[in-house]
Amino acid sequence: MTPLLQIDHLNVRFKGARNVHAINDLSLTLMPGETLALLGESGSGKSVTLKTLLRLLPEKRTDLTGDITFDGTDIMTLSGRSLRAYRGGDVSMVFQDPGLALDPVYTVGQQIAETVMRHKGISRADAMEVALDMLHRVRIPSAERRLRNYPHELSGGMRQRVMIALALACRPRLLLADEPTTALDATVQIQILLLMRELQREFGMGVIFVTHDIGVAVEISERIAVMYAGQIVEEGSTHDIIRDPRHPYTRGLLAANLHDVERGARLDAIPGAPPSLETRPDSCPFAPRCAFALPACRTALPPVATPGPRRRVACLRADEPLEIAHA
Amino acid sequence: MSATDQPLLSVRDLKKHFPIKGGILGRTQAMVQAVDGVSFDVRAGETLGIVGESGCGKSTTAKLLIGLVDRDEGDIELGGKSLGRDISLRALRRDIQMVFQDSYASLNPRMTILDSIAFGARVQGLDDPVGRARRLMARVGLDPDRFAGRYPHELSGGQRQRINIARALVMSPKVVVLDEAVSALDKSVEAQVLNLLSDLRAEFGLTYIFISHDLNVVRYISDRILVMYLGEVVELAPVDMIWAEQAHPYTRSLFSAMPSMDPDNRTQKPPLTGDPPNPIDPPPGCRFHTRCAFAADVCKARHPVLGPMVQGSPHWVACHLHDPASGHPRAGQGVPA
Repeated sequence: MTPLLQIDHLNVRFKGARNVHAINDLSLTLMPGETLALLGESGSGKSVTLKTLLRLLPEKRTDLTGDITFDGTDIMTLSGRSLRAYRGGDVSMVFQDPGLALDPVYTVGQQIAETVMRHKGISRADAMEVALDMLHRVRIPSAERRLRNYPHELSGGMRQRVMIALALACRPRLLLADEPTTALDATVQIQILLLMRELQREFGMGVIFVTHDIGVAVEISERIAVMYAGQIVEEGSTHDIIRDPRHPYTRGLLAANLHDVERGARLDAIPGAPPSLETRPDSCPFAPRCAFALPACRTALPPVATPGPRRRVACLRADEPLEIAHA
Repeated sequence: MSATDQPLLSVRDLKKHFPIKGGILGRTQAMVQAVDGVSFDVRAGETLGIVGESGCGKSTTAKLLIGLVDRDEGDIELGGKSLGRDISLRALRRDIQMVFQDSYASLNPRMTILDSIAFGARVQGLDDPVGRARRLMARVGLDPDRFAGRYPHELSGGQRQRINIARALVMSPKVVVLDEAVSALDKSVEAQVLNLLSDLRAEFGLTYIFISHDLNVVRYISDRILVMYLGEVVELAPVDMIWAEQAHPYTRSLFSAMPSMDPDNRTQKPPLTGDPPNPIDPPPGCRFHTRCAFAADVCKARHPVLGPMVQGSPHWVACHLHDPASGHPRAGQGVPA
C-alpha cells in the first residue's frame, strides 16, 4: 500500500529578529485511513507541522526544506489553483478555537455551502443540502434551524461540531486537527472525540490529531508520534507507546499525567524547560533534562533505534531497561 | 494532616447573581445565577479541591472568597471571625491570597518581578518587604540575584507561575486559593509546580482551595473534593470516598468523561450528551434533571438539599436518589450501576 502522506527530512526555520528552528529533520509516514496523534508540549513544533502540510506558513519569513508528498503529489511546489484545490479539498483542518476560525458575519450554513460550491462546483441550493446533511452527521440537534444560526448563537461544543462539519464537507482524504478539544469541557470533549472516531471510520480518511494530552491521544489514535524540540523522538502504535515507552521524555510525560500516581507522593517531574531552539540542535535536545543522559548524548544527535516495525526511538539508550529513579 | 474540628474557613449560603442588561434603557433582562447558596468548611491544613465545568461557578466562588466580587448574600468566616462584621476585607486579604490561571495577565507588565512580589507586603505595612520577596523568590526556585530585576515577559509560563505563588505567600497567608493555577502549564512543568505547592503547604502550614477541571490533578493534591454544577454544590466528600463511589449522577458522568488511558479499552459511549446548560434561568428543581438519566417527577419539582449520605458520613450529596423520603421511585437505593 502506498502511503497517503510522506514527510521526508522536513526543516522549518522562522527568520526575523530572532531565528527559531521550529522543525528539525522530521520524517513521518501516514497510511490511508490511519489516525496518528502528534503529542508534545507547547513549542515542540506540532502545530507548525500541521501548518506546513497546508502550506499556511508565511513564505517570506519561513525557510522550508525537505519533501512532502501527499498521494503522489509534491506539496512543496503547489501554487495557485492547485494549492487552493488541495487546501480544503484533499486536506482540511479543524482548529482549536472554532470561535476564531468561523466567520462571524455568515451563518454556519453559508460557510459550509461556500466551501462545497467552491470545491465541487455545484449550485448553492445543492451545497446547502450537503451542509444540512453534514450538520446531521455531526449530530447537531434541530439541524435545519442551526443551519441559519451565526457562530455566536452556538455553544462551544456546537461550534466545534460545525467546524468538523465544515472540514469534512468536501470528503477530504486527510483531516488535520489542531487540539480541537482543548478548549472544551470534559463531558463535551469526550463527545467530540467519539464523534471524530466514528466519522473517521465512516469516511475512511487519514487523521493527524495534534494534542498535548496523552489521555486524548489514547482515545483518538492508533499511532502516536511524540515530538520534542521540533523532532519526533518516539513513534509507534498507541498500545506500544503507552505500555512500553522507550524514550525518557515519553516516560516523563506519562508519569506527569498523574493517572495512577499515589496521592501526595512526590512526582517524577522532568526538571527544567524545553530549549529555545534559537540554534539548531546538534546533540540530543532532551539531554539537559534527562536523568539517563550519557556524555555521548551531549555531543551528537542520538541514533534512531527501531525496536519493531514502524516503531522508532531517537535515544542512545532505547534498548536498555531504564528505571525512573530521579536523584 | 493536622486538622482540628473548628474549621479555619467557613462559607455559608454564598450567593452571587449577575444581572444581564439589555434593551435601549439598559434594564436588567435576566440574572446569571453564578453562585447560588454555596456552603462549605475548610479545616486548617486541609486542601479542598473544587471541580466542575465552565459556568458552574467555581471561579466566582474563588473571587467571592477574597472579595474580588461582592457577594449578594452569605457569610464568610475566617477563624471564627465574620467578614464585614468582625474583620475588614483588607484584613481578610492578608490571610487569604489567590493565584490565577493566566500567569501573564495577573502580573503587572511594567513592574519588575521583585516589585510585584513585594508590593502587597509594602501596602499592608509589613516590615522588610524586599527581604521577604527575595527569600520567597529563592524558595520557589528563582535565584533573586538573576531574576529580581526582570519583567514578566522575560520569563516562561512556569517561572511566572512560581512568581505568582511567591507573591501570594509574601503576606504569610493562612489560605491560598489556586484557581486553575497549573492548568495553563505544560505537563512536565505542571508536575514541578505541583511538587512545589506540596512542599510549601508542609513548610508554611498552608490551607489550599484548589480549583481545577483536571480530576487527576485534583485527586493528587486534595484531601476533599467539592463538585459544583450550575452554581450549586452537588457533592462533597473525602477524595478516597468519592473516587470509590460517585454518589451524584453528575459526578459519575464527570468521572466517566475522563480519557481512559487504556488503548485496549477505550471509552465507547459519552456519559452525557449536549453542553452544560446556561446558568441564566437554570432549570427548576434539581438543576441536573435535564441531563440526568435517572430523573423522576420529584427531580423537576423539588430542589434536593446537600446532606450526608448516611447519618454522620463525611460524604455529602444533593440528590433525591439518596434520600429515602424524597418520593423518587428509586429513593434510598443510590445511583444505579
